[in-house]
Amino acid sequence: MSGHSTYVPKSNAGKWLEERLPIISLMHGAAVSMPNPRNLNYWWVFGGIAMFMLIVQIVTGIVLAMHYTPHADMAFSSVEHIMRDVNWGWLLRYTHANGASMFFVAVYIHILRGMYYGSYKAPREVLWLLGMLIYLLMMATGFMGYVLPWGQMSFWGATVITNFFEVVPFIGDDIRTLLWGGFAVDNPTLNRFFSLHYLLPFVILGVVILHIWALHVPGSNNPLGIEPKTKQDTMRFHPYFTMKDLYAIVLFAIVLFYFVFFNPNFMGHPDNYIRANSLVTPPHIVPEWYYLPFYAIVRAIPDKALGVAGMFGAILIMFVVPWLDTSKVRSAKFRPAYRIFFWVFLFNGLLLGYLGQVSTTDDFLGIHGVTNLLISRIGTIYYFGFFVVILPVLGLIEKTKPLPNSISEAVLGVEGAKAEAEEMAANESKA
Amino acid sequence: MADTSKVEEPGRRDFLYIATGAFGALGVGVGAWPLIDQMNPDASVKALASIEVDISSVGEGESITVNWRGKPVFVRHRTAAEIKLSVETPLEDLVDPEEDAARAEKPEWLVMVGVCTHLGCIPLGEAGKYNGWFCPCHNSTYDTAGRIRSGPAPKNLEIPKYTFISDTVIKIG
Repeated sequence: MSGHSTYVPKSNAGKWLEERLPIISLMHGAAVSMPNPRNLNYWWVFGGIAMFMLIVQIVTGIVLAMHYTPHADMAFSSVEHIMRDVNWGWLLRYTHANGASMFFVAVYIHILRGMYYGSYKAPREVLWLLGMLIYLLMMATGFMGYVLPWGQMSFWGATVITNFFEVVPFIGDDIRTLLWGGFAVDNPTLNRFFSLHYLLPFVILGVVILHIWALHVPGSNNPLGIEPKTKQDTMRFHPYFTMKDLYAIVLFAIVLFYFVFFNPNFMGHPDNYIRANSLVTPPHIVPEWYYLPFYAIVRAIPDKALGVAGMFGAILIMFVVPWLDTSKVRSAKFRPAYRIFFWVFLFNGLLLGYLGQVSTTDDFLGIHGVTNLLISRIGTIYYFGFFVVILPVLGLIEKTKPLPNSISEAVLGVEGAKAEAEEMAANESKA
Repeated sequence: MADTSKVEEPGRRDFLYIATGAFGALGVGVGAWPLIDQMNPDASVKALASIEVDISSVGEGESITVNWRGKPVFVRHRTAAEIKLSVETPLEDLVDPEEDAARAEKPEWLVMVGVCTHLGCIPLGEAGKYNGWFCPCHNSTYDTAGRIRSGPAPKNLEIPKYTFISDTVIKIG
């Protein structure tokens, strides 16, 4: 997308099109001749996997919409109709429902990989911002999709989330009524959520295209976090990385379809197989697992408005990470202290996820006198502390390890890199 | 164009430029409003705004829940003990101070929207430390007048607009 293309049209039709719309050379530059660092490890496959999952969600979603009825009286039965009557309906719905979860799995790994290897640092800040925007849109889309089956968790999840907006000063109440289209979550709410749930994935697709564009200007980061210097440090995208990504997609699809075929309701909640009832709240409301860390944060803060602000803040703070991290060194490979704080951050996120679905007043793991609420508060403090204290301060005081001269030297050793460079030069002069 | 090196007085062209821009912005606003306002409650939703409830069958110490605007409304026939407990609670103990008299037009009848002021769950009746309502979602506890006593909810349970049409019929809304 930024002049990597080596495509030269051979046919007359190809030349004709190239003069009018150079779309083939654009695609060629993006997915064939694009140079990628030769040392990318398997943590770099999750971008491609996420892209694959987005396509799976769009395709299954479009066909599900052909059978689903977005009306409060009929939505629940239309989902059961999909499950029982529609040809392959069970497969489509289970793939879509588990696909949403697996999409989040891929994206969480993708984000954490970026954090570990410092992929958000200059010149990749816009790439990171667009990624975060995709994540935010995914959260909104996933939430609205979960409302559509119109079960008890759908209804009460929607009620809790829309009530978050009431804390907006002065106009909170009006915003909530506007979201509901009534005085509570009801048919108008379901209708508009369906409309937006259909729209947003295409908005996500648009931002994904910008994300890939912003990736191809500076090129991929890599495990060493140093820029490729010569042709020796990179390899063509196709066939090397296309094949690697495809292999990873196949492995990932095995996990997805394990859930679809053998454990399709593992990540769902049984209460969502009870039709929505506006007069009965389920005893225990939990959101989908991918929101649990943020749900733990909202519950950890005793004040309603501050709790909601904390929850949204926890997501929005991710946008400014490129400016919070003061370290000049990208990769955690060369940042021994950051590496520890990163793994604690990851563990803390999992812990908050666990805490998001247990009762706040119960003892933490049965330890007498230590409530889940207390642990949630400690986890919340670490979550924000990581961003506003550790990232800025650590970059200034950490003693980092020396960086290698080049990617090839790190991969092949000084002698090996030299020998390969000579071989490459010899081959080029022969050609 | 005239000599641009001199500072020019605003002329006819500047006026036209600003007026066009202002009209354009106004036009966008006018065009956008129906697209936003269509999301607000429509006429059919508003038409269901009031209901009449027969309370003749609700004995002392009993409650009923009725559906009003898609939300549950608790109608509780309070016992003398409950009323006494509420009246005797000092106002400084309350998060959202309100007299018991301000909560119930007739002390024995408590009419409230049964939606937790925290995040909208339905509290359970005759439960919690204060013998009032307890919200299982995030542990908000309300007393026998539906006033918030502990937990994350910021306000007392909402009292809807209601009138006694007769001794046994209430009009809510």
